Amino acid sequence: MTDEPEVPEVPEVPAEEIVISDGDTLRKAIAVHDAVVDREVRRLSRRGFVVAGVATVAAYGAWKWLRLAKREGDVPWPLRRGLEANEKIAEAYFSNRRLSREFPPSAISANARINGGVGLQANYDPDHWRLQIEGISGQPPASLSLADIKAFPRRDMTTELRCIEGWSIIVHWTGARLADVMAKFPPPPRTPYVAMESPGGGYYVGLDMLSCMHPQTLLAYEINGAPLSWQHGAPLRLAMPVKYGYKQIKRIATIRYTTVRPTDFWGDRGYDWYGGH
Amino acid sequence: MKDLENKHPLAIRWFHWINFPLLAVMVWSGLLIYWANPVYRIGFGNHTLVKMRVAEKTFEKANLAFRLAEGLSLHFFFMWLFAINGILYVAYTIFSGEWRYLLPDRHSWVEAIQVTLHDLHLRKEPPPQAKYNAAQRISYTAIIVMGLGSLLTGLAIYKPVQFGWLTFLFGGYQMARFFHFWITVGYVLFFVVHVAQVIKTGWNNFRAMIIGREVRTYD
Repeated sequence: MTDEPEVPEVPEVPAEEIVISDGDTLRKAIAVHDAVVDREVRRLSRRGFVVAGVATVAAYGAWKWLRLAKREGDVPWPLRRGLEANEKIAEAYFSNRRLSREFPPSAISANARINGGVGLQANYDPDHWRLQIEGISGQPPASLSLADIKAFPRRDMTTELRCIEGWSIIVHWTGARLADVMAKFPPPPRTPYVAMESPGGGYYVGLDMLSCMHPQTLLAYEINGAPLSWQHGAPLRLAMPVKYGYKQIKRIATIRYTTVRPTDFWGDRGYDWYGGH
Repeated sequence: MKDLENKHPLAIRWFHWINFPLLAVMVWSGLLIYWANPVYRIGFGNHTLVKMRVAEKTFEKANLAFRLAEGLSLHFFFMWLFAINGILYVAYTIFSGEWRYLLPDRHSWVEAIQVTLHDLHLRKEPPPQAKYNAAQRISYTAIIVMGLGSLLTGLAIYKPVQFGWLTFLFGGYQMARFFHFWITVGYVLFFVVHVAQVIKTGWNNFRAMIIGREVRTYD
């Protein structure tokens, strides 16, 4: 691949390149002309294929470099930077006025698929469950019972839960708005992050404050009209259609406001930390 | 008598060859993602002709299994390069006037049938061949429309709340994913036919995509 060459002046052609079929002057002129063309094609081809070869090697080298780059969160660091750049753009565009579509009850999926059991230890006693909120502005941590959560205004929504794997289900959720709970137990002004953990920290997610304030972000205690089952994260989980399923932590034990970007279970394992819709 | 003719402008050659590895990375990383939920098939009702579900074994043999996170991080990185290259290409064809050779006109539909019949050796007379024949015009325009389709369905899957109106337009999240997948199958089919046609047309034509010029021989 080359620049358009200037029209070449007719160069001298070595005698051996001129093929003359007979003595006719016209034929001789054509032969000279064709030889010039052939030479020009050879010149352009040399240049073009050298450039193409160099470009191919450079592209292959860049690819190898990318694949072997030091890993960060189990993904080559340039790709991690890419995910973070995408996050900045998404956060700048994000608006709490844009809602995840709500569906009629008839659209609810017959099977509320269960996909992740990390953090749901079998020997956990839900009767002793409390929700701890840490980092409240000017206050010690708060400890809430399920009744305390249910005392907040009850919210219902029928939304799509989208898994990073590509499937999705329509679910009816009931719970308290996280924004309502956070209004009563407020973080210090301009706190950027919220960390949530399951009992013992087996599962953990990092969330941006903006998504936590979204009106469809619920601390849910019911799924499809029934209390959360064990595998759906009883007694309290996050229902958050502005995030993929892997951010919607089950059996929340701790909510912590923080200025330090919290780690995230799947974010540590090669996935996007943000995971936002 | 031979002559050298300008065929492909430098910019178009670069856009073309840059797109090739970018699209390859997008398709391959897309397969890494598809592995996690490989639900599509070709069939009618309950009768399945081809399971795009492919056996888990096939994914494993092709080394495409258990690489969802890797596929996503690549997809969300190279999507920008793929989009930018495509947008620059379209902008270039508009401003340079190359679009005149590329867009189908009102004759293209009939002529494209003639091209196809000729290529299948069912019709003797060669169809009118400008810089691009009618079948090429339609294909090369369709592939750009498909590219746009990939970007839009991709955005609808990527941000289904912030761009909920777009997701809705495609018929919902799962339909957007459905279209996103089948457009990709379309790229693969295009690629197969495109390469076959280039091989059939010969070296002079292929070389023109590298050096920009083609040798014309007159009697």
